[in-house]
Amino acid sequence: MWARAVKLGLRSWVGWRRGFTSKADPQRSGRVTAEVIEHLERLALVDFGSQEAVARLEKAIAFADRLRAVDTDGVEPMESVLEDRCLYLRSDNVVEGNCAEELLQNAHRVVEEYFVAPPGNISLPKQDEQEPFSHI
Amino acid sequence: MAALVVRLSCLGKRWVLACIDGGSRHGRGAAIGLTSRRKRGQSSVAQQPLIAVQKSRKGEREWAAVVGLEIHAQISSNSKLFSGSQVHFAAPPNSLVSFFDASLPGTLPVLNRRCVEAAVMTGLALNCRINKKSLFDRKHYFYADLPAGYQITQQRLPIAVNGCLAYSVSVGKKPSQVSTRTVRIKQIQLEQDSGKSLHDEPRSQTLIDLNRAGVGLLEVVLEPDMSCGEEAASAVRELQLILQALGTSQANMAEGQLRVDANISVHHPGEPLGVRTEVKNLNSARFLAKAIDFEIKRQIHELENGRKILNETRSFDDKLGCTMPMRDKEGKQDYRFMPEPNLPPLLLYDTASLPPGADPQQVINIDWIRERLPELPGKTREKLIQQYGMLPEHSFTLLNEVGLLEFFQNVIKETRAEPKKVTSWVLNIFLGFLKQQNLAVNESPVTPSALAELLNLLDRKAISSSAARQVFEELWRSKGKTPSQIVSEKKLELMQDQEALERVCHTVMEGHPQVVMDMKRGNPRAINKLIGLVRKATLSRADPTVIKEILERKLSS
Repeated sequence: MWARAVKLGLRSWVGWRRGFTSKADPQRSGRVTAEVIEHLERLALVDFGSQEAVARLEKAIAFADRLRAVDTDGVEPMESVLEDRCLYLRSDNVVEGNCAEELLQNAHRVVEEYFVAPPGNISLPKQDEQEPFSHI
Repeated sequence: MAALVVRLSCLGKRWVLACIDGGSRHGRGAAIGLTSRRKRGQSSVAQQPLIAVQKSRKGEREWAAVVGLEIHAQISSNSKLFSGSQVHFAAPPNSLVSFFDASLPGTLPVLNRRCVEAAVMTGLALNCRINKKSLFDRKHYFYADLPAGYQITQQRLPIAVNGCLAYSVSVGKKPSQVSTRTVRIKQIQLEQDSGKSLHDEPRSQTLIDLNRAGVGLLEVVLEPDMSCGEEAASAVRELQLILQALGTSQANMAEGQLRVDANISVHHPGEPLGVRTEVKNLNSARFLAKAIDFEIKRQIHELENGRKILNETRSFDDKLGCTMPMRDKEGKQDYRFMPEPNLPPLLLYDTASLPPGADPQQVINIDWIRERLPELPGKTREKLIQQYGMLPEHSFTLLNEVGLLEFFQNVIKETRAEPKKVTSWVLNIFLGFLKQQNLAVNESPVTPSALAELLNLLDRKAISSSAARQVFEELWRSKGKTPSQIVSEKKLELMQDQEALERVCHTVMEGHPQVVMDMKRGNPRAINKLIGLVRKATLSRADPTVIKEILERKLSS
């Protein structure tokens, strides 16, 4: 899932594989800062790992930047390649479900028909972390 | 909460926060910002000031609070928004989950027609403009109960925009002092619900049930036109009634079918808006009001002590009655919105634009839906006021209590008594008994037929009103007896024999000449004494008004 997200975000993964170098857009330095890398890693759960990977990312961005050469003034952006297709409307009938056993086979750990996940993003802090205001 | 206010004023905090009418509207509001059901940071886009506050003591500047709401209502449908698995409240874990809901590779979303109709109906009922073209997007974030890693929503172009919702708040101590407010609706969008997480802290794990994952939600975004907890709670209550009347959502907060997040900030009128916080985990209208009022006070307190408000997400602890920051303080979230590549734009039509020869199953006609909208609560109240001559606040009470309107209408159907009498009995006596014993209307031991029969007896003057109350109490206590049975058992019938009553009056008057003398002298208490004596003599089976009339007639003769 994350790989797909990164792919779609960068649009052109192929470029770096061919070792393609392009002239950087004069308006951009072409450098991706460490902050941005950290941000991307957290958002997309990608691991850039090495400086080489970051360099590849920069080349890929530069390659995609070539799209700016096209004048798109006054042209409406295409939101979806499906824009001329009809969105099919399904009638409101129950036709799926009831396959808990099958689904749970995919899970690494299961507790009584629940999927098990590590704890994370838990709300409500404990007693000692209360705001001072409430003690007035 | 009251104790807190007292302590604050004792410490010399010199502000008073009240929701009063008035205030002018300035321009259009800015975008609210995007949040998920769980706490995430928010953009600090400003909100609009709208309602001013009362001046407190001299010298201190007033504060104005600004409250916006994001309401998620679960759509009442058989199957989910993008898949054919069932929507049901209680079911074995993960039994109502399709492959798409579990986000298995190779599955695709297929839009449920009923959910689109529900969104259009709700948009029309809230006076929105329905967008004939709306788009679906992906909102990305990681959480165990969101198996796909993104939620399909409508961020760029939602299905309905720019509506308004009218609600009523009390502006004084008397029940008749109510004022109507409106809050603008920024947009209504279709989106997916996430699954449920059960946190198992001792074993350091989270159990995930995906039954709820993919259920259709209507997100209704209210502009920050409200200024206190009561207004917010009233607006939510009215929205609940509308959704229930439309049938688009059961909107039961306790069952999680209606979830509200509040965005709250404070500022001095005339100055720019303050930093806002988001309060989540509000699962009843009462907690909503409490949480908002607490948060307003907290923010004022912080600012008056020179501290800053953090742009954070807080949750409400109802036991302590206060809001607390949620532990995960990540700051701004980047949801990386992108168009949903698997869904073309959603196109809606009206009668004029309907393509000829189109499959009716595949097109949605907004005009067709508009013509078939059920009666909305506002209209129902209007009709009650016109038809039965009741006061506006009565119509509100009738609609606010679940099942009460139906009960009232059933009584009206079966009784000859005047509507005003029925209204009074239902709202005062019947409702009073219910509240005293904390019962819902459908748990009432008294049926509409029984009350109708009782009111008929009263109407033909077969019993007095005090006797009627006694009968009602007995009806409440012992199920199965009819009012007529109780009346005859307890001998509560009014004396119908006029002559016999006149004889009793005569006897009493003769037996108490002193009192009669007082009466002749014009002492008003004297006649009451005589009436009391006559009543006793008739074992309370005479109508006091008739007695009075007879006595007065006898006196003047």
